[in-house]
Amino acid sequence: MMSSAMRARLRALGLIMPLMAFLLVFFVWPLATMMVASVTDGTVRGVLPQTATVLAKWDGEGPPTPEMAASLVTDLRMPVDSLAFGDAVRRLNSELSGFRSLMSRTASAAKGAGEGQALDLVAIDPRWGDAKYWLAMKRAMPLYTDRYLLAAVDLERDASGNVAGLDANTSANRQIMLRTFLIAASVTLLCAAIGLPYALIAAASKGWVRAILLIAVLLPLWTSLLVRTAAWFILLQNEGLINDALKTIGLISEPLPLIFNRTGVIIAMTHVLLPFMVLPIYSGLLTIPANLMPAAASLGASRIKAFRHVLLPLAFPGLMSGSLLVFMVALGYYITPALVGGANDQMISSVIAFFATGTANWGMAGALGLILLVVTTVLYLVYGRLSRSPTMVAT
Amino acid sequence: MTLKRTISTIGAAGLALSLAAGAASARDLTVVSWGGNYQDAQKKIYFEPFAQKLGKPVLDESWDGGIGVIAAKVKAGEPNWDVVQVETEELELGCTDGFYEKIDWDKLGGKDKFLAAGAHDCGVGAIVWSTMLSYDGDKLKDSVPTSWVDFWDTGKFPGKRGLRRGPKYSLEFALMADGVKPADVYTVLRTPEGIDRAFKKLDEIKKDVVWWEAGAQPLQLLASGEVVMTTAYNGRISGINKTEGKHFKVVWPGSIYAIDSWVVLRNSPNKNDAMDFIAFASAPENQSKLPEYIAYGLPQKEAAAAVPANLAADLPTAEANLVDAVALDGAFWVDNVEELTSRFNAWLAQ
Repeated sequence: MMSSAMRARLRALGLIMPLMAFLLVFFVWPLATMMVASVTDGTVRGVLPQTATVLAKWDGEGPPTPEMAASLVTDLRMPVDSLAFGDAVRRLNSELSGFRSLMSRTASAAKGAGEGQALDLVAIDPRWGDAKYWLAMKRAMPLYTDRYLLAAVDLERDASGNVAGLDANTSANRQIMLRTFLIAASVTLLCAAIGLPYALIAAASKGWVRAILLIAVLLPLWTSLLVRTAAWFILLQNEGLINDALKTIGLISEPLPLIFNRTGVIIAMTHVLLPFMVLPIYSGLLTIPANLMPAAASLGASRIKAFRHVLLPLAFPGLMSGSLLVFMVALGYYITPALVGGANDQMISSVIAFFATGTANWGMAGALGLILLVVTTVLYLVYGRLSRSPTMVAT
Repeated sequence: MTLKRTISTIGAAGLALSLAAGAASARDLTVVSWGGNYQDAQKKIYFEPFAQKLGKPVLDESWDGGIGVIAAKVKAGEPNWDVVQVETEELELGCTDGFYEKIDWDKLGGKDKFLAAGAHDCGVGAIVWSTMLSYDGDKLKDSVPTSWVDFWDTGKFPGKRGLRRGPKYSLEFALMADGVKPADVYTVLRTPEGIDRAFKKLDEIKKDVVWWEAGAQPLQLLASGEVVMTTAYNGRISGINKTEGKHFKVVWPGSIYAIDSWVVLRNSPNKNDAMDFIAFASAPENQSKLPEYIAYGLPQKEAAAAVPANLAADLPTAEANLVDAVALDGAFWVDNVEELTSRFNAWLAQ
């Protein structure tokens, strides 16, 4: 008895092994890597170990000491993997712009001069006389850091180590994050407003009408996102089909600004995401027994009343899962805002893409992703609570 | 596209690469360039003839730049690209970060055969290309823009303007529109006041700008009349004029020219073939064929000298086109691109 249950469980486990392996390799592992990347910071100390020790003792006050300069030269003379050195320089440059040219100049001077020979760093580059470069190096030494996470929400540690707001001129992540949620929410609402009636009609119709209605939803789903976005580009532009048609029938004289603004982004995203709203509602409606509405009518409910008290509550779970699906997918949109949006419509994934592929600052990309993940999870939990209660009432 | 996908793509690419590392030695030489009609031309004059000479296939792919892409490939171990054409700051960044193999200059006949900016320890110049003001000659006839001051003058030339999204080029052009002489642009930009000044100037046309990202977009914007003028790459403009009979015009004074270079990725399994390919693509008899297809300048001096005069006049390297043109300051952007892009993004979001 025990062993057969065990065997069944093992077999079940064996069956989901491919799935587990897939999730681990393509979901958990990359996610964990990015999370770790967003809080660790060992690159500089790995390449400049002696400088790290000396700088740890420096109080950060007053001019740079000869001891600091000597330890830096010693570290730079050590044979080091060029990739690791590059990582360290990139990290330093993101702390304070200018370290790239400074470090490559200094490293080649240190290697060029004879072993053991003292070097005047200020003569190599006058920037070494400025304490702010040494301070930046000191800040880059600890193994764990919260700088990426802070920077992801427009904060930083000031010179005395307190958390302070970043200059509004240098970072607008909070604003872009807020905008991302606003756009995703508007798209979700619009999808619900169009998707619910659409699914109701599709579920109520029969034969070829239903087939056509479903094909109209599914066909776009099978088309590449890029193609659909490009199609909206053609439709929405000033001399595009929509503006031309409106001008021909004399409704407008000047083209409506439909593209490179929020309107264009919302229209295109709503179209692209509509199937994710229609399909869950539709499949939910199909499971409702066909005799419920006649039953309600036979009990004396008017059509409107039957709709409000019978059909709508039963469609609610589908509506909720559709909304969740649309909202979550919309949060990550990148291509559509980039092509049909204006400067003020870029969403957080464009910032993440900039750090990931543009500058190889994976710590920053990971931190932004982590913040997005946390906020989304919190929203999901809130949503879970909110969406549960109406369903309970319905059943 | 989504965050999850971005992350898992990076992870998956890494995994796939490390898994493939053992078997990758059989992979054919892979050359990566910038796509479009430019890469078509390269295929005809470089990739196909070189494959014949080599007796093995040469694969070609295209990309849109970004040092992060290179970093991901190199850090995964053995990269699946060999030769890549990169922009100035990717060359500088990747070279300091150790992403590229050092160039074997003996195979290329020495550095002095090339323009100074095209002879780098890590890269060999492939083309000289310009970013400049351009407009549709069929739409603007009577009064035409001649400078960045005109680009900023929305009273004289009403309509939207196209600019490449990002601080690079935008800040330089803004300063020139504000009266800075082309030769002084980077001196001014190296001061905090200069950067403030450029952003303040950009404020003036912020609501009139359509920001583009890919090189083909400004052509589309001009053709559809969405913008009255835009910045664009000179080769693409002359290319579309040739193939589609457009009359797009370019303004050479105030343009910014830069060199794209061939690099070989670190630990490339085809390193020797890669260096031979670069030598082949830099040989005067091969490189001098390029301007026939697309109007980019040639960094190899003998190749540049062999270009027929009628073609040479359209190139960014022509004497007349260099008057008041600015050379992109790679060192400036290597140090400042990240900080200024953050600021630029914040400025856009406000």
